[in-house]
Amino acid sequence: MVQIFQDLGSELAQLFLSVLGAFPFILGYLALILLSMVIWRFIRARMDRVRDYRSLKTVTFGDESAVVSDKAASVISIVLIFVIWGAFTGSGWLPGPLHAPGPFVGQDKFTYTIEGPDGTQADATVFVSVYRQGEEPAPLEFDAGTGPVKNDSVEVQAYRSKLISWDANDDVTRKDGAKVVAVDGRAIDANTDVDVGFGRVALTDKGTLNFEPGQGWQMESIWLPAPDSVWRRLVSVSADGYQNVTLAEHLSYSLFRVIVGFALGALVGIPLGYAMGLSNWFRGWFDPIVEFMRPVPPLALIPLVIIWAGIGEQGKIILLFLAALWIMAIGARSGVSGVKITKVHAAYSLGASKWQILRHVIIPNSLPEIFTAARVAMGVCWGTVVAAELVAAEKGVGKMIVAASKFQDTDIVLMGIILIGIIGFGIDMLMRWAERILVPWKGKG
Amino acid sequence: MTGLVIDKLSMRFDLPGGGAVQALQNVSLDLKQGELLSVLGPSGCGKTTLLNIVAGFLAQTEGEVRLNGKPVHGPDAQRGMVFQQGALFEWMSVRENVSFGPDMKGTPKAESRKTVDHLLDVVGLRDFKDKMVYELSGGMQQRVALARCLANDPDVILMDEPLGALDALTREKMQSLVLKLWKETGKTIILITHSVEEALLLGERLVVMAPRPGRIHKEYRLPFADLGVGADLREVKKHPDYAPTREEILNMIWNMEEEIMGRSEESV
Repeated sequence: MVQIFQDLGSELAQLFLSVLGAFPFILGYLALILLSMVIWRFIRARMDRVRDYRSLKTVTFGDESAVVSDKAASVISIVLIFVIWGAFTGSGWLPGPLHAPGPFVGQDKFTYTIEGPDGTQADATVFVSVYRQGEEPAPLEFDAGTGPVKNDSVEVQAYRSKLISWDANDDVTRKDGAKVVAVDGRAIDANTDVDVGFGRVALTDKGTLNFEPGQGWQMESIWLPAPDSVWRRLVSVSADGYQNVTLAEHLSYSLFRVIVGFALGALVGIPLGYAMGLSNWFRGWFDPIVEFMRPVPPLALIPLVIIWAGIGEQGKIILLFLAALWIMAIGARSGVSGVKITKVHAAYSLGASKWQILRHVIIPNSLPEIFTAARVAMGVCWGTVVAAELVAAEKGVGKMIVAASKFQDTDIVLMGIILIGIIGFGIDMLMRWAERILVPWKGKG
Repeated sequence: MTGLVIDKLSMRFDLPGGGAVQALQNVSLDLKQGELLSVLGPSGCGKTTLLNIVAGFLAQTEGEVRLNGKPVHGPDAQRGMVFQQGALFEWMSVRENVSFGPDMKGTPKAESRKTVDHLLDVVGLRDFKDKMVYELSGGMQQRVALARCLANDPDVILMDEPLGALDALTREKMQSLVLKLWKETGKTIILITHSVEEALLLGERLVVMAPRPGRIHKEYRLPFADLGVGADLREVKKHPDYAPTREEILNMIWNMEEEIMGRSEESV
C-alpha cells in the first residue's frame, strides 16, 4: 500500500514538472489571445458601432446575458490553430517567414582534434551533408586531405544522428590509444558535447563521434505532420483508400454500427423507460439493473463483448446497443416523470382513456427529454464505436487510425481524428436540428 | 334528479411516520344545476382535497359524491377541471387544445369545429386559434383552458384557483368572463380561491372552510354574482352589503390563521 502511494506520488511530481515545462507555451498562447483581442478591439472601434440594447449595458461583467460568443474570436482562434500548426511543421501553406526555425539541411563541416598515444595532436575535418527524409543526399565535396589524420565525411537524415568512425581511414586508431580531445577547438569528453552551430557533436563511451544535426523548432512529420500533408492524405485516401479499404467504406461501417446500435437501444430503451415511469413494479424491477449498468462505461464491456460475440458486426452492435439502452431508458423514464400532474388530470377529466393519455399527453410531453437523451446517446455511441474499432475490427474509421499508427502514418491518424471530430459534431448538429423541427415546445411547458 | 350532492364526505389518511390526517370531516353540500359556489378558507383547510374528490382524482374514506343521482368513481368527462396554470398541452395549437375533449370522444372534426370556433370567439381568442399555446400570455392561456373545458360540455365545472397566477387587471377581466360564461351556459361551477373579493364577486353561494379537520365553517348566499353578470364589477363592489361581508369573512379567516399559528407554536 505504501509502495502504491510512493509510486503515485512520484508520478504526480513528474506530471507537475512537465506542466511546469509547458508553462511558457501556455503563457505564450494566453498572450496571443489577449494580443488578438486588443488588436480586434482597436480595429472594431474604428468601424461603425452597433447601437443595440446590449451595447448600452454598463454592467456586463457577471451579466450572463451580456456574454455572447464573439464570432471574430472564434475565427481568429481557428485560424491561429492552423497557423501555429503550420508554423511548427513547416507547412507549404504558410509563407516562409512565418515558419518556426526548421531543421538544418545542407552541407557544412567541423574539425576535430585527436591526441595520439605519444601526446601529439592533429586536426582533421568532417564534411557533413544533412538531407530531408525521402530525398537523396546531395553529392558531398570531400577531400581526404594530406595530414596525418584523414578527413571524414558523413551523410545524415534530418532529425537523425550518426556515429562517425573518424579513425576508419587513419593510420593511428583508437586501438593504438588515439582519442578525440576537441571539436572545433573546444574540449570534448564523454560528458560534454559541443555545439558546432548546425548540430551537436558528442563523444561516445567507445570514443567515436556522434553527430546530431540541429532540429530547430519544427516537429518531425512522424510526430506532427503539416496540415497540407494531412489534406493530401485525405485526398489520396478518399480516392485510393488505405490498405485496400476505401475511406467511404471505413466511415460507412462506423456510421452503420452507430445508427443500428443506437436505433436498437432506443427501440428497447424508450419502452423500458416508459414502463419504469408508469408502473411501480417495473420501476422496482429495473431500477437496480439500470442504476448499476448506467455507470459502467461501455468501453469496459468491450473485452466481454469480444469474448461473447467475436470481433464481427454483431459484437459491436451489441456494444452500441448497450451504450444507448440505459441512456435512452433513463431519458424516457424522466420524461414520463416530468409530466405535470395537472395535464394528466385535465386530460382525464376531458374524458381521455389511459391509452389516449399515453398517446396524447405522456408521449408528447416526454419527447423533449427523449431527444436530449438521444443526443447524449449518439455522442456516447460514436465515441464507443471508435474505441471498439481501435481494439478489434476489420473496417471502420477507428480501425483505420490504429492500422496507420502501426505504420507510423501519423498524417492518416491525424486525418482520422479530425474526421471523427467532424462527424461527431455533424451528428450533434443533426440531432439539434431534428429537435428544433420535431419538438418546438421544448422548455415552453 | 339533477345536481351535485356531496354527502357527509370524510377523508382520512395515514402518515408514513405514524399518525393520521383528517383532511375532510363530514362535509355536505347540495348544488342545484346552474349554481355557482365559491370555496374559501385558509391553507390546509382541505378545499383542494374536496375538489379533487368531486373530480374523482382522490377517493373519500366516508360519504359519497353523487352527480345527477349517480355516485362518482374516478374522473370522467362530466366534471371538467380548470387549473391555475400549466394544464394546457403545449404541443398542440389553441384549436387542438380546445377540441381535445371532443377528439377523445371520437367526435368528427367537422362536427366539433363549429363548437370550438364558437367557444374561441366567446372567450375572445378569435385571432389566436392557430397559435401554439406557449405563444399566448397567461390570461389568454386561461381563456383557452376555460374554452377547452366548455367544449366538452360537462355538467359541472371545477375551478382550482383558475385566476390565481394572473395580474390584477387581467384577473378582473377574467372574473367578468367567468360570470358571463356561467350565465350563458348554465353550468354548475365550484370555484376555489384564495381571494376573498373573488369569492364574493363570483360566488352565488360561498362556503368558508376551517382547517384541522377540514370542514365547512359558514355558508353565505350572496347577490353579487347575479349583479355582476354583464356589469362593471367595480360597481358591484359599491353594494352596501359588499364591504361588511368582506370584512366579516376576512376576520373569520384571519382568526383561523391566528389559531393555526398559535397551535403550531404550542406544539413546538
